[in-house]
Amino acid sequence: MEDMKLIADHLVYEYNKGTNQTVRALDDVNFVIRTGEFIGLIGHTGSGKSTLVQHLNALLKPDSGTIYYDGADVFEKGYDRKALRGKVGLVFQYPEHQLFEETVFKEVCYGPINMGLDTKEVEMTAYAAIKRVGLPDECIDQSPFDLSGGQKRRVAIASVLAMKPEILVLDEPTAGLDPKGRDELLSMIVELREKEGITVVLVSHSMEDVAEYVERIIVMDKGKILYDDVPKAVFSHAEELEAIGLAAPQVTYILKDLKAAGFDVDTTGITLAEAKETILQALTWKH
Amino acid sequence: MLRDITIGQYYSADSVLHRMDPRTKLLGTMIYLVSLFLFDSAPVYALAAVFLGVVIMLSKVPFSYMVKGLKSILFLLLFTVFMNMLFVKGEVIWSFWKLQVTREGLRKSGFMAARLILLILGSNLMTLTTTPTRLTNAMESVMKPLKLIKVPVHEIAMMMSIALRFIPILLDETDKIMKAQLARGADFESGNLIRKAKSMVPVLVPLFISAFRRANDLAMAMEARCYHGGKGRTQMKPLKYAGRDFAAYAVLLLYLAGVIVIGKFL
Ligand SMILES: Nc1ncnc2c1ncn2[C@@H]1O[C@H](COP(=O)(O)OP(=O)(O)O)[C@@H](O)[C@H]1O
Ligand SMILES: [Mg+2]
Repeated sequence: MEDMKLIADHLVYEYNKGTNQTVRALDDVNFVIRTGEFIGLIGHTGSGKSTLVQHLNALLKPDSGTIYYDGADVFEKGYDRKALRGKVGLVFQYPEHQLFEETVFKEVCYGPINMGLDTKEVEMTAYAAIKRVGLPDECIDQSPFDLSGGQKRRVAIASVLAMKPEILVLDEPTAGLDPKGRDELLSMIVELREKEGITVVLVSHSMEDVAEYVERIIVMDKGKILYDDVPKAVFSHAEELEAIGLAAPQVTYILKDLKAAGFDVDTTGITLAEAKETILQALTWKH
Repeated sequence: MLRDITIGQYYSADSVLHRMDPRTKLLGTMIYLVSLFLFDSAPVYALAAVFLGVVIMLSKVPFSYMVKGLKSILFLLLFTVFMNMLFVKGEVIWSFWKLQVTREGLRKSGFMAARLILLILGSNLMTLTTTPTRLTNAMESVMKPLKLIKVPVHEIAMMMSIALRFIPILLDETDKIMKAQLARGADFESGNLIRKAKSMVPVLVPLFISAFRRANDLAMAMEARCYHGGKGRTQMKPLKYAGRDFAAYAVLLLYLAGVIVIGKFL
């Protein structure tokens, strides 16, 4: 029981209530996040991912249902939601659009200052956060607006990390980055997790992004949770995923084609490494 | 948060008012606004309110949605009402220290409130039922005579429609940025006025940057499509009056006549 860090309990949320354009963005969403998990949240554009993650730190209040954090109802009167936002660090999509300070250092200090830490602590956590996202020292006194796109995004992530969240939620962190920037950012997140054991929720509309790293995948479609399982189990529903505009990783398709062509491969492979192994095995076995 | 501001936004629905020629709506709104300033009499305001109520019903815009738009001017409304209540001279009915409330002041502030509410609702209804493009076309067409005295009619209309178009976009953007800063522990509610104003800096800076970026993108996009002002520009769907427009004009004239009759003789 104590392991249920965050519980989403029957969340329902509608936009444009009271008009003829009501959108039900969340429709009875339930799940549990446990400490140390690495979760991928995927779904087609408009499936409600961003709406959902804004509930996790109480930025949006559900029309019905609620969120429990450490066993406490976060929408109850008197709950300290500001403190919650420090514990559930949410990095928005295109977070570089929220930068406003003169220097990278001040930018990263903004979060911890708001959390009410004293100056010394603020500066230490800010510096640590800048290092954790892999920004070079010479950036620290630069204007965040002079950095490259990928670096700006790291600054924004650092500014959330500096609040020392227990759960880090990233909304499409790789959107708009080139392949190199994407790989660097993803491996940075993996490293953060491996070194510090921080709980991570990674939102994406791309299977390739999440397949390789996460331990659990939540698939959303039209405001509902469709699957919530380990990657292999989720990707075994390749046809269903395609029907909702998603796809299994490309290697899974290759393995399926090979199988159809008579090779004895294991089609549940989802990463490049797994595919390589099973293909090599199939080949040596044949000879 | 900011979604309550409905001023200047389009509400898509299928109604007589939505289908009506935008010129009819533009002129109709002007006539309506003028009618509100003709007489200071309760029966006239009653007629104006009933008229607007019927038109709102025809427009299929939910009444609650219209009222939400009033929230954002609540402060202005209360301020005007108070000022009128306290500073109009006349028969004193209640006094406190140096402040006096007079019968005339009460009357005047009541009219003022009614006028302001009807004015806002009336003009809101036009933008709620007309897309910015059609509104621009209407403005351009109505102001055409001014071209003779070298007024840049097309440019003015274009600027107005872009401004209108950008209101919801910038509101959306503000909402997003505020949420992003809230996620970083920002606090926009507590503290005194100075602290509150200071807490807006992390919202305003990104907002301005984004506004400039958008303006720049739009200018580029317009240029890439060879936009060069109004000269020689034709329209894909030229405005054309239909039967319902003539009916609407007739109703408007009837309404105006009603206002004048009631205002003069009642
Ligand atoms: N601010 C908003 N106002 C109105 N509708 C919205 C707003 N944000 C999202 N929506 C709608 O809610 C649904 C879910 O959107 P979103 O949570 O952004 O999905 P995703 O992040 O998966 O792309 C979509 O249909 C979208 O159009
Ligand atoms: Mg999204």
